[in-house]
Amino acid sequence: MPDVSVSLLIEQLINGLQLGTMLFLMASGLTLVFGVMGLINLAHGSFYMVGAYVTALVTAATGSFLLGLGAGVLAAAAAGAIVELVVIRRLYRRQHLDQVLATFALILVFSEGTRWLFGSSPLWLSPPEALSGSVALPGGSRYPVYRLMIIAVGVGVAAALYLLIAHTRLGMRIRAGESDREMIGALGVNIQRLYTLVFALGAALAGLAGSLVGALQSVQVGMGEPVLILAFVVIVIGGIGSIKGALLGALLVGLVDTLGRALLPALLAQFMPPADAAGTGTALAAMLIYLLMAVILAVKPTGLFAAHD
Amino acid sequence: MTKPTHTHTPTHSPSPASSSAASARTDAAPWLSRRRLVHVALLALTLLAPLAAHLLGESYYVNLASRVVLVAMAAVGLNLAIGFGGMISFGHAAYFGLGGYVAGISAYHAFEGSMILGLPGSDNMLVIWLAAVLLCGLLALVIGAVSLRTSGVYFIMITLAFAQMVYYFANSWPAYGGEDGLPIYLRNGLPGVNTRDPLSFFLICFTGLMLAMALVSRLMGSRFGAALTMSRLNATRLATAGISPLPIRLVAFVISAMITGLAGALYADLNGFVSPAMLSWHLSGELMVIVILGGVGRLYGPLAGALLFVMMETLLGGLTEYWQLFLGLVLLGVVLFAKQGVMGWLAGGQQDG
Amino acid sequence: MAERVLSIRHLNKHFGALPATQDVSLDVMAGEIHALIGPNGAGKSTLVAQIAGSLTPDSGEIHLGGHNITALSVARRARLGLGRSFQVSCLADPLSALRNVMIGAQALQGHSFRFWRPVASDARLLAPAHAALARMHLSHRADTPVAALSHGERRQVEMACALVLEPRVLLLDEPMAGLGPEGSSRLTELLEQLKQEVPILLIEHDMDAVFRLADRISVLVAGRVIAHGDGDTIRRDPRVRDAYLGE
Repeated sequence: MPDVSVSLLIEQLINGLQLGTMLFLMASGLTLVFGVMGLINLAHGSFYMVGAYVTALVTAATGSFLLGLGAGVLAAAAAGAIVELVVIRRLYRRQHLDQVLATFALILVFSEGTRWLFGSSPLWLSPPEALSGSVALPGGSRYPVYRLMIIAVGVGVAAALYLLIAHTRLGMRIRAGESDREMIGALGVNIQRLYTLVFALGAALAGLAGSLVGALQSVQVGMGEPVLILAFVVIVIGGIGSIKGALLGALLVGLVDTLGRALLPALLAQFMPPADAAGTGTALAAMLIYLLMAVILAVKPTGLFAAHD
Repeated sequence: MTKPTHTHTPTHSPSPASSSAASARTDAAPWLSRRRLVHVALLALTLLAPLAAHLLGESYYVNLASRVVLVAMAAVGLNLAIGFGGMISFGHAAYFGLGGYVAGISAYHAFEGSMILGLPGSDNMLVIWLAAVLLCGLLALVIGAVSLRTSGVYFIMITLAFAQMVYYFANSWPAYGGEDGLPIYLRNGLPGVNTRDPLSFFLICFTGLMLAMALVSRLMGSRFGAALTMSRLNATRLATAGISPLPIRLVAFVISAMITGLAGALYADLNGFVSPAMLSWHLSGELMVIVILGGVGRLYGPLAGALLFVMMETLLGGLTEYWQLFLGLVLLGVVLFAKQGVMGWLAGGQQDG
Repeated sequence: MAERVLSIRHLNKHFGALPATQDVSLDVMAGEIHALIGPNGAGKSTLVAQIAGSLTPDSGEIHLGGHNITALSVARRARLGLGRSFQVSCLADPLSALRNVMIGAQALQGHSFRFWRPVASDARLLAPAHAALARMHLSHRADTPVAALSHGERRQVEMACALVLEPRVLLLDEPMAGLGPEGSSRLTELLEQLKQEVPILLIEHDMDAVFRLADRISVLVAGRVIAHGDGDTIRRDPRVRDAYLGE
């Protein structure tokens, strides 16, 4: 029998959920922007970074994580709004290649700019005192409260987004924008403002994710990039433009990735010497979600819940 | 020929675009056209600068020239996919890196005298190149078969994701250095050539670039190229005419990967080192930047782009550690305001005009 | 005994609850022009898409010259002899008229995995393409980029693209659309000449052209063929008058 205890399994399951909810925050912004504006934004990871950096700085300055968090989210939103006004709005009618290039250029600007201002070494950020404890899990091990809180925030955001999209006027405009961009202009909705708002909202969500995770991992230049790629995988799996798809995709990716990394080496140790199993297992686990994506796309080329093209 | 004036439908006279488009296309007629001059100038610069450096004993600059040429070659491959094929692959680093790893792993086993999957390693460049081309082609066949069923943004993201898959695999596979990479202790050999001499190696790379460009040029003029162009401009028209777009695109994708992979094998040899960095999405992005800077879908675009990029890297890099910030700004400028890239600016005209 | 070239049997297509094509059967015999008419929203475009191959029917069969093409791709059908023109010109704008037509000649001559010989000087492609353009009186515009052509000229290029395929049957989707009286009459003459060589399934709104050209007419309303016959029969059919006037 594999030497995997129930408590380890539960712990990894919750880790998977936590990764999933974080990915959802990133992916929802990305998919919203694409669904409403038809724009692919590679610089989304930079907003993640901005959120984390501002949170770290403000928390250090004021001593309050909550203030830091708020500041981080606002800063990310502001960065998003500025970027939209200056750069992004010139890209809506352009080809995807141009959008990829321009937003890639933005990554360079943000990353190097941040490095210039703050240097290459990470900033310090840790969870607030109140949340730095841990709780007992069934099975006996202890799990950090902070991570559970992240999951709660993710679920809360998902619910709030649902309410926003389904039950508010803004949400209605967003849905209308997703189905027919030309039309909502004709209907008198102020497109410019809607787009800026949606873009800033997406950036805020990314900033929130960055701030929360920054307290777990380090706050440094380029922290948003691995998450960005995962977010791409999520929205491709879930269907570009679909928030529901982003949620499902994020949970799927989060769980598969976490459980895969935790269990594959152990599983392979059944057939191989432990040293080999560890190396092979880790390598295979790293590839797992991409294989998952390939399988899903082979069956459904536009993802699980294709909203529209 | 004029239309009778009593028709109801307004016939619009040929727009100015058509006459300039027509004249831009007749570069076959006047041999000494602006475009030809630019091409010759680029080639001369690429060839003569390292020659001069060699004569002055500056081997660093000869090696730099080799780097430019190999990056240009990788971009020629990517340009075939993006520019000529209309397939925006954001994962070409996978092939560049795979080519590099083929060179590295083969040399490693040759050095150690051990076997890979029952085959001995080799430090013969011809063998390595063949292996690199075949394996990159195979990888592209698999990735392309899945990815090309998607289009638009999906395609961009899925090619990126597959390249990441290869990257993470190389990063965690311990046998060949993992994250730290794999050194190539001795430069691989080519019968009859002293490959350790920087100028000789440069000439090998330059020949490779020329062959790649000649191949692409020939390809695009052929029936295959006509079909590929139509698949980019109007896939419905292509299908309605009786040609399925998917097989055409897949073959173009595979060829483009092979070219980029060969460049990667040479690049690893040049640096004496291969690491997952050759597989990173930053590299995919840089290759794309080079293709765009040079001019998408222009034969000499990748060379122009590579020259410009490395010049900026060297000059700006000398001024500030944060040169990528300025690269980003320049790039933004080009995308927003100078769509046709360097070739469009220097030689005029546009891709299909 | 005229041979049945294109045969459509019991085609059905639903989009969710919406029945777009309901048990449609019709055929095109050698030497004839069979017109398909119907009010807007009747489902003509959906039907055309299914015949051309860009939409898969829910049930039913389509046969072309003895082959069952129901499950075949657009490209395969074209190679089997289905020539099609689009309602809205579907051409590669930056390329010349000649290049647009040449791709059809290329497809006709076999696979396109030929990587060496330049296309620009290939007589085996240039000759049929020039011939098709000449048929459409467009030789003088062969090297002009399609983007610079007038609307009427673009429709002519579309026709040339269909003709160069040496088709067994022509599927023409509103070819008269946007043409003035001059252009329409020239196209009508051409179609009359053509039908001896290749039968035509003509989807049209221009009633003058339809009654002048069509040997048979089928009327499509709400996805069903409600009437079928020659020009006189259709003109007198009360159901047809209802369908057109009663909407």
